[in-house]
Amino acid sequence: MMQTHQNPVYEYVHSADQDAVTPVHHPVIVVGAGPVGMAAGLDAAAQGIQAVILDDNNTVSIGSRAVCYAKRALEILDRLGCGQRMVDKGITWNLGKVFFQEDQVYSFNLLPESDHHRPAFINLQQYYLEEYMVDQIQQSENLQLRWKSRVTAVEEKDNRVEIRVETPEGEYSLTCDYLIVADGANSGIRKMMGLESSGQVFQDRFLIADVVMETDFPPERWFWFDPPFHKGGSTLLHRQADNVWRIDFQLGWDADPEEEKKPENVIPRLKAMLGEETQFELEWTSVYTFQCRRMEQFRHGRLFFVGDAAHQVSPFGARGANSGFQDTDNLLWKLKLVLDGKAPDRLLDSYNAERVPAADENLLNSTRSTDFITPKSKVSHTFRDATLLLAEEYPFARNLVNSGRLSMPSVYRDSPLNTPDEASFDSAMAPGTPSTDAPVNDGDWFLRLISNNRFNGLYFCQTDGCLSREEQATLSALTENTEIPLTILAVGLSPDINQPAGVNPVTDPKDMLKQRFDGQPGTFYLFRPDQHITARWRDLDQKKIETALNRATGRS
Amino acid sequence: MIETRKLNIQPALSRPDDFYNALVDMHRDLSEEQSQMANAKLILLLANHIGDEETLEEALKIAAEGLN
Repeated sequence: MMQTHQNPVYEYVHSADQDAVTPVHHPVIVVGAGPVGMAAGLDAAAQGIQAVILDDNNTVSIGSRAVCYAKRALEILDRLGCGQRMVDKGITWNLGKVFFQEDQVYSFNLLPESDHHRPAFINLQQYYLEEYMVDQIQQSENLQLRWKSRVTAVEEKDNRVEIRVETPEGEYSLTCDYLIVADGANSGIRKMMGLESSGQVFQDRFLIADVVMETDFPPERWFWFDPPFHKGGSTLLHRQADNVWRIDFQLGWDADPEEEKKPENVIPRLKAMLGEETQFELEWTSVYTFQCRRMEQFRHGRLFFVGDAAHQVSPFGARGANSGFQDTDNLLWKLKLVLDGKAPDRLLDSYNAERVPAADENLLNSTRSTDFITPKSKVSHTFRDATLLLAEEYPFARNLVNSGRLSMPSVYRDSPLNTPDEASFDSAMAPGTPSTDAPVNDGDWFLRLISNNRFNGLYFCQTDGCLSREEQATLSALTENTEIPLTILAVGLSPDINQPAGVNPVTDPKDMLKQRFDGQPGTFYLFRPDQHITARWRDLDQKKIETALNRATGRS
Repeated sequence: MIETRKLNIQPALSRPDDFYNALVDMHRDLSEEQSQMANAKLILLLANHIGDEETLEEALKIAAEGLN
């Protein structure tokens, strides 16, 4: 098979920790250097937590695996320093087409409103993302990634976690305040702890073929139900970087995975689909099955389960890696506050309270997509086909077609950290919502301004150009809060006027902030370090803001 | 009997026999499988026209009532 990409081999390096007489302590240890584990490590470093990542392997993903990265994942990766390389290398796409048998049924455009920094989706092979993350980790002083280091035992004792690590040079022990478990769907640590992830196993097999071809197919997502070249199954075609195309065939439960992934069996399927004359090379094949399941709790004492170790979804909807990044995005700022003694331990329970419902939302969506794509009974098959038949000409049925509901970030609507609205807003940016983006200043973006790993405030000044003495006093007090200081962005404030430290003027060149946040004069939004909105008001009230801040940090 | 809040369970068709006849007539030249398909399309069309989830849920409950 052809190779457009060579997997790097990372060297096993001896650590001084291995020579220590007593186990060396680290605030945070992450098990697993997949995308989510590395995001946890990079997020720790971004928060200023010293951390170590352990991985039993010494390279990046074998094969392209997770290829669709959603806008919110890119925004999180921006905060971790990897977003730009992803977008530069990845394929930006917005258009999806759905076919049923011979005909195109409809197409959809994912392009949201304009004036966002990041696109709705990019496609990129997982190994590129992992390489970028390893590079980023190597630039970080506070973060180490140790290859060929397998965790063989975990024990929680005396307010810490002790782990045993097996390396090519033998075993050693480490301790940490918190262990982040990111060792994937078949999590060894989960098993070691006697914990379960339960749900539904789907009795179906899918073949992935990564194909290298020069073609004028557009960078779109094409999905076929029951196509003439693959009768009775579904097929997906999607472009990745380097002229690599992801093709996914539904095989059915009875297919023999070893036989199906042999080139002599894959190539005829591809020729039937692409045409005899299309030139292509096979790069990677894999046959997979999947489960939709989760652990009951994602927090177990000082252990936090993230990504596939905590919850597993079907691939339809790109909700695996994308939701894993939202896990670590949610967790690390909380660990920082607790490690610094600024927030109580119960803040960490909110990781569970916020991410378990998010996992349920992803499971629900991906299970429903799976049921539509692979109907399990005769009657569900009939309804599925009826929907597709109607969709071509009757617009109402297009909403019912489900070829994957593509990943959207979860809104923590019922989070105990939220302060409910007291006033009404003509804006979707309710407490619990990840912040929307907007162009600001001279070519900058709002989400970039609030990616400082701190709590931020967005204030729409009462009077354009300047702050009254009262406004100044209130904002100053908030920025000088000794426990949780705020950085405040003031819209409509002239940059040339002397402002209290921590209050930064921001311009709104297209009025997008005003529009998207319903920014009437006096409006104040409070953002968490993960950019989720936690409270908002129509007037500036120091007491209310401080109360909301206490609530958002688990201190009240 | 299931109580309904939104679904109209009182007679609403002015020419009930005509409708009933048209419904059965739709299936006249269809195979068993085609009939299943036509019924499925009909349900989807009508559900969208009703456009109210609560009404539909009541209808779903009554439809399955006492069948197993």
